[in-house]
Amino acid sequence: MQAATFEELAMPLFDQLYNFAHWLAQDRSEAEDLVQETYAKALRGFAGFQPGTNFRAWIYRILRNTFLTSRTGLKALPSLPLNSEEDEAALTLLPSQPTPETLLLERDQQEAVQSALAQLRVHHREVLLLAEVEDMSYEEIAQTISVPLGTVMSRLARARQALREILRQQAKGRDDGLRSVAR
Amino acid sequence: MGCEAWLAKLDLYLDGELLAEEMRACDAHLRVCRECAAEGFARLQLRRTVRQAGRAYQPSAEFRRRMERQVAGAKKPFRLWTWAPALAAALLLVAALGLYRGTETRGNQAVSELADLHVATLASVSPVDVVSSDRHTVKPWFEGRIPFTFNLPDLAGSPFTLLGGRVTYLGQVPGAHLLCQVRQHRISIFIFQQRTAGTILPADMTGRNFSYSVASTTAGGLNFILVGDVASEELQALASRWRDANRT
Repeated sequence: MQAATFEELAMPLFDQLYNFAHWLAQDRSEAEDLVQETYAKALRGFAGFQPGTNFRAWIYRILRNTFLTSRTGLKALPSLPLNSEEDEAALTLLPSQPTPETLLLERDQQEAVQSALAQLRVHHREVLLLAEVEDMSYEEIAQTISVPLGTVMSRLARARQALREILRQQAKGRDDGLRSVAR
Repeated sequence: MGCEAWLAKLDLYLDGELLAEEMRACDAHLRVCRECAAEGFARLQLRRTVRQAGRAYQPSAEFRRRMERQVAGAKKPFRLWTWAPALAAALLLVAALGLYRGTETRGNQAVSELADLHVATLASVSPVDVVSSDRHTVKPWFEGRIPFTFNLPDLAGSPFTLLGGRVTYLGQVPGAHLLCQVRQHRISIFIFQQRTAGTILPADMTGRNFSYSVASTTAGGLNFILVGDVASEELQALASRWRDANRT
């Protein structure tokens, strides 16, 4: 009875969990290991899961914790800067003309964004994917990554700013390249 | 409120995370301010692209089949009518035993897992991720890595030396794992929030697990569990230092 309920809850999230795992690990076989271990742990711990609470946040949290204790995760974790989360001054907007967003409209947007996402620090990438791709609320993200709501807000703002900055650099690099070809 | 203030809230607005009153006010501003509306539109475009680009990876058909088999294989066929009498008897037995042994089992399980973590850490070539005997270096390292903070005791003049720390998890609950040394023995200090780890950890875990001594204490809303192969008095002495450092 319980296993059937687990299957009903967990299998519809399989594609999304795999996608998230691949973005975290940046490697297909490691992503498969992560998902497999996540499902095994979730199945074992399912007896302790309280029906009616957020299953999606729960299983994403298991996946994320599994990643953080993996070899790749431990390597990625020290890249989290200390005392940066509450530094609101750094969250002010950068001058915005021409915006990378508008430049990107003329370019191969998706490929550029994928490349930019891959360049983000892992804690920025994960929070951005949870918000934009998984469409999680701030509250749900806070539950998933086990941080306070305020940290979700500041981390998400930083992640978006970092993404825009990478895209801006990409767009600038392409413009410079085109100019040198035209000369 | 000027454009700069609205732009600072633009992402919250697009995420639908502003209060209803602010949502309406921001909405009204975007209707009259072309610059802010253009910025909002550009960010919306980027979000759409991120949403599409973020769905980049698909599991292989073979991996999907393997996982489906595993999850389905975990289901046990169950015929209630065949097993009802045996089940009723078993339930009675389990309930009776559970009354007596429930807490003990939960405690044993948690102690076993922590003892495993202690052994695995000692066996690791890099047992700690922040290597320092300076508590003012080790404490800030945990900022942003775990959802709470704690104080480290001043061990100067004591037989104990701080070796460093790492992030750990127990039952999917994040915590801190510190390592101290006394003579040639190393002691693990596990720290979890009481409000999140309360269901996993029993109130008192003091005792022994296999050849390890275990001591536990609480202070400042935190559980401290110490595991090591030293005399329990020594472990208690170190536990007292952690408790005193975190008293509110």
